[in-house]
Amino acid sequence: MIGRRALLAAVVIAVLALLGPWLPAYPLTVLTQALIVAILAMSLDVLLGYTGLSSLGHAAYFGVGAYVVAIMTTEHQMGLLACLAAGVALATVTAAVFGLFAIRATGTYFLMITLALGMVIWGLAYRWVSLTKGDNGIAGIPRPAFLGLELSAPVPFYYFCLVCAALAWALMGLLVISPFGLGLRGIRGSEGRMQALGYNVWLHKYAAFVLSGVFGGFSGTLWAYYNGFVSPNDVQLVTSVETLLMVALGGSGTLIGPALGAGVIVFLKNFVSVYTKRWLLILGGVYIGVILFAPSGIVGALRGRRR
Amino acid sequence: MSTEFWIAQSFNGLSYGALLFLLASGLSLIFGVMRIVNLAHGSYFMLGGYVGLSVALYTKSFVLACLSGAVAIALVGMGMERFFLRRLRGETLGQVLMTIGFALIFQDLALLIWGGDPYTVPVPKMLTGTVRVAGAVFPIYRIFIVGVAVVVGLALWLAMDRTRVGAMIRAAVDDGEMAQGVGINVPRVSLAVFALGAGLAALGGVIGGGFLGVYPGADFEVLPYAFVVVIVGGLGSLPGAVAGSLLVGLLDNFGKALFPELSYFTLFAPMAIILAIRPTGLFGRV
Repeated sequence: MIGRRALLAAVVIAVLALLGPWLPAYPLTVLTQALIVAILAMSLDVLLGYTGLSSLGHAAYFGVGAYVVAIMTTEHQMGLLACLAAGVALATVTAAVFGLFAIRATGTYFLMITLALGMVIWGLAYRWVSLTKGDNGIAGIPRPAFLGLELSAPVPFYYFCLVCAALAWALMGLLVISPFGLGLRGIRGSEGRMQALGYNVWLHKYAAFVLSGVFGGFSGTLWAYYNGFVSPNDVQLVTSVETLLMVALGGSGTLIGPALGAGVIVFLKNFVSVYTKRWLLILGGVYIGVILFAPSGIVGALRGRRR
Repeated sequence: MSTEFWIAQSFNGLSYGALLFLLASGLSLIFGVMRIVNLAHGSYFMLGGYVGLSVALYTKSFVLACLSGAVAIALVGMGMERFFLRRLRGETLGQVLMTIGFALIFQDLALLIWGGDPYTVPVPKMLTGTVRVAGAVFPIYRIFIVGVAVVVGLALWLAMDRTRVGAMIRAAVDDGEMAQGVGINVPRVSLAVFALGAGLAALGGVIGGGFLGVYPGADFEVLPYAFVVVIVGGLGSLPGAVAGSLLVGLLDNFGKALFPELSYFTLFAPMAIILAIRPTGLFGRV
């Protein structure tokens, strides 16, 4: 099982790596965006697909990571590694604090408390104007050079993001097949039974919550460099829900599925909105269609067919 | 900080809380009966405002605007419940994605029909202007909003507490399966509650459109407030909705006036703390 997955991962990454030099600039940028958003979707999958907790505030960690990079590069001219580390660290702290509030709740209450916690971050981004520039957002985030690579050019930045996404995928993949990850799946299946078996259910859920925030924050730091611009829109509820959609669309509990879902949504967003102004109508239709016709997502549908 | 500041801000908070009550009481009932996390509830507010606007401009009648806005959106809500949400009973994630899908569609349709400009619902002359009470100035329209909320609140309380239908709704809130077991038609109760909730939100939209205006984005602007009210008050609890609305209205107003940079933080952080201490809200039951 692990062997086949690793092989699949290697093939996907190799194809993506080979595509780099051949793609025109615009599709390459879209693909870069998809890679970054895929990390976000996979990070939510750790929580939703493997632990069974649906969070409505996942954009918070993404936003914290993005804002840290934005502020540190524009105000303090900090380098790449310092920014990435600080962004991930603050996102981790945020998740660690939020987790203390959220993990007690289950079901609908978990959804709502994560929604509220996500709104706390959105409120700060929107209103703490002296720090975040409020609704205007922070523009002009420069991409630095890294190990002799000029990241401001599209192709090197694409490869940088590809390496980041592959690394995140590998780490999360190891996480979910580890004994800890199996414990999470057990909790998703039956919390009471895991409790009875002597597992520390709270600690497992809390650790999953924080780890999910770590990778969410990582994705946010890359996003700030990618977009060059960070605004409260990156932290809003719709972003959190869109991430949920990516996970559901791809197939939760598979990691590759949510990454695929992220790719589909990013692709739709960038290409469909060129041809029509009614993009939101289509996106709304995608939401409803996924729930009605593909509740187990793309990967689930493929697996169902194979059987 | 003068006395007038405190009186004026308290009244502003109170009247905003009244508007929130219209928006959130229905959401709370919907939560209570169906456990549906309805992210399209803010859309009912916005669509109600737009329908009310069109009717008010066409018929010149504010009362008709309120009524038609509420009825039209109640029908929209019924359609959503009957044909889409009912089949997702118990699937929280499915409900979230389904209702946000509708919210996006409603947002785009509203933009298509009414365009991107902000409007204000025209209100009758007698509701404009201000009154002076003991040296403080109060806008009549805000007093009117408080009045409407009090009337709606009393009517809801009487209906819930004193009528057969109210008893059925309360039974469905407490234990849907058991209610079904003793012969209450829970699906029909759900449909009625959904219609009521959507209609009330739309009424709030028309009335709110008289002073906040109707504009694209109003849906997602009010949605978090409605959620905070319901969460703080407790799912399915009418007294909770009253307490939550007042608390949120006042917190929001004073937060914006005293700590403008942290104003949303002053709203959402207390809520997170309340939830951490009492996960079911102030008046909610498990």
